[in-house]
Amino acid sequence: MNPVEVLRFAVLGLAANKIRTALTMLGVLIGVGAVILLVAVGNGSSKSVQASIQRLGTNLLTVSHTAGGGRFGAAGQGGTLKDLTPEDARALVDKTLAPHVKSAAPVQTTSQSVTYAGQSVTVSQIVGTTPDWFATTNHDLGRGALFGADDVDSRRRVAVLGSTTVENVFGTENPIDKEILVGGVPFRVAGVLRTKGGNGAADSDDTIVLPVTTMRDSLTGYGSLSAIAVQATSSDDTTLAQDEVTSILNNRHRITDSAQSDFRITNQQSLLSANDETNKTFTVLLAAVAAISLLVGGIGITNIMLVTVAERTREIGIRKAIGAPRGAILGQFLAESTLLSVIGGGLGVAAGLFAARFEVVGITPVVVPSSVVGSFAVSVAIGLFFGGYPAARAAALRPIEALRHE
Amino acid sequence: MSGPHGGRPAPVIDVRAVTRSYGHGAAAVQALRGVDLTIEVGEYVAIMGSSGSGKSTLMNVLGCLDVPSSGRYLLDGLDVGRLDEHQLALVRNRRIGFVFQSFNLIPRTTARAQVELPLSYAGVRARERRRRARAALDLVGLSDRADHAPNELSGGQQQRVALARALVTAPALLLADEPTGNLDSHSTREVLGILDRLHEAGRTIVVITHEDEVAARAERVLRLVDGLVVSDRRRSPASAPAAPEPVAAGPLVEGPRR
Repeated sequence: MNPVEVLRFAVLGLAANKIRTALTMLGVLIGVGAVILLVAVGNGSSKSVQASIQRLGTNLLTVSHTAGGGRFGAAGQGGTLKDLTPEDARALVDKTLAPHVKSAAPVQTTSQSVTYAGQSVTVSQIVGTTPDWFATTNHDLGRGALFGADDVDSRRRVAVLGSTTVENVFGTENPIDKEILVGGVPFRVAGVLRTKGGNGAADSDDTIVLPVTTMRDSLTGYGSLSAIAVQATSSDDTTLAQDEVTSILNNRHRITDSAQSDFRITNQQSLLSANDETNKTFTVLLAAVAAISLLVGGIGITNIMLVTVAERTREIGIRKAIGAPRGAILGQFLAESTLLSVIGGGLGVAAGLFAARFEVVGITPVVVPSSVVGSFAVSVAIGLFFGGYPAARAAALRPIEALRHE
Repeated sequence: MSGPHGGRPAPVIDVRAVTRSYGHGAAAVQALRGVDLTIEVGEYVAIMGSSGSGKSTLMNVLGCLDVPSSGRYLLDGLDVGRLDEHQLALVRNRRIGFVFQSFNLIPRTTARAQVELPLSYAGVRARERRRRARAALDLVGLSDRADHAPNELSGGQQQRVALARALVTAPALLLADEPTGNLDSHSTREVLGILDRLHEAGRTIVVITHEDEVAARAERVLRLVDGLVVSDRRRSPASAPAAPEPVAAGPLVEGPRR
């Protein structure tokens, strides 16, 4: 008896009860499809977070003040904590003491309302900094010009706007060289940043960038900086750069013991890997849920095969009476369950890949090839394994017992 | 019982002291209590007996569907008791054709496919299979119903499909267990006619029945009571094919015990 014959009998057997066959396949389909889609969603969310962290720059270190930084500094809070100052930022760029620091920009943030032509709009993030900041944090110029070092030195009132802010304040009007009031102080718009695209709640394009000197003069006062953005020479050198920054600042702030430390350094690279861990857990969780549905599909196959064998015991007896060898019976039922799982699994792969082309709760799924191969292989293995037991039971029946079965 | 004549080939069936019991201990039922039986090539034998006499059990043993509890069964000189599962399947496939009272066709399968099935299991190629299936269906006069499933056929037609299926492998032995038990008189005559023709062609046939009309066609009638052969009557072989009715009934019913 050749394999084509076995397969033909299996197809005939499946075709004999189409609804049951279809429902069983549906179970496998949902299981396989769910594994592929959910793993793709988990992977997609991880990818999008990674991408947004990478957009900030993987060689970026952020030095922030332990007291959280503030308009009026931490000097008042016990006196032992020293402020982060623009001089600290300047001191970090030192070829001999800190060879792995490419640039360092002071960052002073505040939130103010912006007025143009009598209309007032609140901007969530107003950043005071130096020109180095644009490169350090991967902000590119869209239109007009960025402010330069001389603008910072001569405390000019110029501003660079994010694209969302431009839209909110100016609408379709050309903002270049227009005058806006930031917290009541007039600034000339020098340029507009290229749209970065937001991630989640915070719109990174709703921002205004000012020279740090001007900002401290007229808006925030001379307290501690919010942070210093440091760019390492490459993403592999972030750890070295972090050590160098720590030693320079410890020296400048006369800190001998890490417990006294008045600043904190966060590393995008470590943020990235921490995020990766979180996302892995998330993906594993999703995959586990999906795997359970795949298992349920497998149990469905077993159940159907048991029912099929019970229902067709008499037929098995007839086949044995006319000389069907054990292998042919075993082959037929194994082929039936394998066909169920292969077709169901194949359709599940198709359904999973199709569904992964759409956005799911704001996440663009990214299909993981190993999940496709894995879930399909598991569904086929389930068919063979769970179908094997009823098939073996059917094949082992004595013809006379099977024939007497009603 | 008649022993084998000199110069003849080995008997198709040679059963020696076969018993078959079901269950264990006190609840055990002895269906066969020691049956001796020899059937030669080309014989047409009817086995009669009331229900519970063990005739179906004997038939299942002869057809290799069941194994005896003790005793020996030689089929075509081959000791069936020594065969493994796979060899038994081969024996059922190649040497025995089985016809059941309840037809035992496979549901939702066309007559042609039913008849081809034993050939499929025997590994016959598709073209050859089709040719032989057509020939077998021709033999039972059903070539025009080849594409019909069992539920589209009458009882008589179904039994003739089953006959074609039993014959298609050209087995040495045709076993029929109450083949006409579920049939009307017209279909009964058709099926019996086919058996007669097969007998004339030299096929060995064993029929289980409780109907005298069926037994009358056979040239030898065995009677089974409580798991033992109690009579074994042979009509003159020469007269077998011709005009059986008037002679048969009487002696069969009142036949002396052995």
